[in-house]
Amino acid sequence: MIGITSYGGYIPRLRLSRMVIIQNMAWYFPVIMAVSQGEKSVANWDEDAVSMAVAAAWDCMTGQDRQRLDAVYLASTTLPFADRLNAGILAAALNAPEEGVVNADFGSCQKAGTTAAITALEALASGQKQSILVAASDQRRAKLATMQEMFIGDGAAALLMGKEDVIASYLGSHSINCDFIDHYKGCGHAYDYNWEERWVRDEGYGKIIPQAIAGFLKKTGLSIKDFARVIYPCYFSGTHKAIAKTIGADPAVVHGNLHEVCGDTGTAHSLVMLVSALEDAQPGDKLLVAGFGQGCDVLGFEATDKLAAFKGPRGIKGSLSQRVEMPNYQKFAKFRDLITADLGIRGEANPNTSLTALWRRKKMILALAGCKCRKCGTAQFPPLPVCVKPECLGKEFDEYEFADKQGSILMFTGDLLSPSVDPPAVYGMVAFDGGGRTMLDFTDCNLNQITVGMKVKMSFRRRYADQMRGFTGYFWKAVPQIEG
Amino acid sequence: MASGIRDKVAILGMGCTRFGERWNEGPEDLMVEAFDEALADAGIERSLIQAAWFGSCFDDVNVGKSALPLSLSLRLPNIAVTRVENFCASGTEAFRGAVYAVASGAYDVVLALGAEKLKDIGYGGLPEFSSAMGTLNYLWFPNVTAPGSFAMLASSYSARYNIPMDEIKRAMTHISVKSHANGTKNPKAHLRKAVSDDQVMNAPMIAYPLGLFDCCGVSDGAACAIVTTPEIAKSLGKKDLVTVKALQLALSNGTELAYDWDGAHFVTTTKASTEAYKEAGVTDPRQEISMMEVHDCFSITELITMEDLHISKRGQGPKDILDGFYDADGQVPCQIDGGLKCFGHPIGASGIRMVYEMYLQLLGRAGERQLKDPRLGLTHNLGGLPIMNVCSIAILGKYCA
Repeated sequence: MIGITSYGGYIPRLRLSRMVIIQNMAWYFPVIMAVSQGEKSVANWDEDAVSMAVAAAWDCMTGQDRQRLDAVYLASTTLPFADRLNAGILAAALNAPEEGVVNADFGSCQKAGTTAAITALEALASGQKQSILVAASDQRRAKLATMQEMFIGDGAAALLMGKEDVIASYLGSHSINCDFIDHYKGCGHAYDYNWEERWVRDEGYGKIIPQAIAGFLKKTGLSIKDFARVIYPCYFSGTHKAIAKTIGADPAVVHGNLHEVCGDTGTAHSLVMLVSALEDAQPGDKLLVAGFGQGCDVLGFEATDKLAAFKGPRGIKGSLSQRVEMPNYQKFAKFRDLITADLGIRGEANPNTSLTALWRRKKMILALAGCKCRKCGTAQFPPLPVCVKPECLGKEFDEYEFADKQGSILMFTGDLLSPSVDPPAVYGMVAFDGGGRTMLDFTDCNLNQITVGMKVKMSFRRRYADQMRGFTGYFWKAVPQIEG
Repeated sequence: MASGIRDKVAILGMGCTRFGERWNEGPEDLMVEAFDEALADAGIERSLIQAAWFGSCFDDVNVGKSALPLSLSLRLPNIAVTRVENFCASGTEAFRGAVYAVASGAYDVVLALGAEKLKDIGYGGLPEFSSAMGTLNYLWFPNVTAPGSFAMLASSYSARYNIPMDEIKRAMTHISVKSHANGTKNPKAHLRKAVSDDQVMNAPMIAYPLGLFDCCGVSDGAACAIVTTPEIAKSLGKKDLVTVKALQLALSNGTELAYDWDGAHFVTTTKASTEAYKEAGVTDPRQEISMMEVHDCFSITELITMEDLHISKRGQGPKDILDGFYDADGQVPCQIDGGLKCFGHPIGASGIRMVYEMYLQLLGRAGERQLKDPRLGLTHNLGGLPIMNVCSIAILGKYCA
């Protein structure tokens, strides 16, 4: 049996109420009021498609063996590097194996997430692979006062595909690939170019998704009535409902498009919805999931008995419940670099990134791997040639991962002098449970809520974006667990 | 067996510029200004100077690299000049180099000069450090500033001794109010206005919980010392001699950052002060030290340093501070010249500026701010960040006293 063996999800905690967008921008384009329901998820200023994918992937790999991964696939249309394997950054952040693996990016269209999933399942079916992680993530930018600004949210999902302890077995897939261009983004362009909504709804989503689902049902001999959950994207809520009718699905089994809780997360969205559906599924439930973009992918899964015992991670529901309202539209606009604010001369410093130093220290930087002294057992970060314990001076170490360790705050500040997109820059020292301590930037927190002794968890974040050279640097930050 | 530096080296002359926003002077002007004063004070021909040590910190945004800026500015006669940089201990490092050179017997008369031109960068505060932290640290180290890195101490000190932040803030406020009061009496100080408790408490936040007045002045300036042996000083006609009683340096090795530390003391200062007292023969510093110039880059630094110097007991710094123990009329006046807070902090010059104040006080030449019969003066610098730093301590006193 092949199929899904674990899942994970990540929706950033910041939520922008669509009424806030309307209050700020409806004067410019009142049509946006038509889709004013609910809120959209907004990535923090230090997050991007790769960092969110890492969050979803770590969530998915909770309790799973990262050393068994023989491929990591990352699907997104908003990856930071055009030429540097983005999936390789994800794999490095997971401290996944380098030898004997085939990692790959999937991109260029919104169905890349489901395409990556099909590719993974087919690789498993071929017998060439044993354990593949598929992550999909998007953090798209839209111009102010557009329908896209209203529709899109940020998020990521991850699926671990394998052959053992399958929680949802793979029933097959069917795809249509066609050059239907509802929108496009030219290379080097910051924003999508969108064609008329009525055509996209009626000739795109409204026709291509039903056609692909029909093809899938014909190929597998299944009926739409066999499915306990039917999942497909479509941010036009009316069209989303109409598709259910076209394919003959009971509206009760159609998974909502999440417009009101996070918005459409792009390449990630089909997998985000699938993870959300798996969180509620019962053994024996069949799930159909479609991805849309220059055609349509359709996949079928059936929840197994193993699902009952599967201890779900944070997932999508957990992420959605950890929400913090973002009442400040200008802050949202600044976080997405839609407006220009001054960082001052202090913010101009822009050294390049030493790729040799990064290569030598890739485990330290990307996987937050420190070391543990073989002589005295002290866990330490950063890993240096001589043990930090006074008088030990050991020189032999084992690798020791801090990324999955919790810690507590020893000291902290909120620094208004440090150039930051979201001042004050909050940072401090953290002591890890099980030993080791270091100084870290803090993120996803409010200075006024932090205290010495508060617990923190680690989160992989964008540390800097070197606009001049096009390089994005990543490192781990501490997230104070404000809600305990 | 090493015998330490006590009484082996005397100060022949010292000079110090006015610190401040010296918009119209470059580092070369500041160096000449400090040197001319020191040379006149020493009363010697400049040709007697056989070697020099030069301290500066942010070389790439002011004087430039190497010791050439000093050699060129003073037109030194092709003698040995060494540049030292050890963050905020750079000035004391230059002094240490010169003192040790004399003590070694290699030279008779040596110059130590520290200079920093910080007000040419176009923005307030210290120069940004991201390009100076090393290629690896740039990949991971938090984007700290000086105030932020020291501000963190207040949170851990508060937690360690269970003292509410409000009380720590009151003690920090008193530190700044006291230094401003002292600064009004110093014509060379950068900031010469008295401030009230309310002004300090209500100032804009820089890095929680440090407000604007919890931070020292960032200034241009230079200071220098000409040193020799007590014998040569006497042979040159000097009567009252100020000698070096102790000169210590201690550096972090990473334990604070990565092993064990309560965040409520400076490991280096605790060690360096213990060694300095031993070297100077001081057994009860609270009674024996007459005055101090400590590294009050931020008020919290001064507060904690009072304990690391073994003057205040652990956890009792705030109480002593609020009791006025360190005020100008207190038992151990601290920052009698205004400190970094008000005299200002041209980094490379600061350590020597502190020695300059001790020298003036010991010789009874401190004018309006002169203390009564000081016997031993201590200076202290702390360079870097609380989690990893360089601490230098000097103790000065009258020869054979």
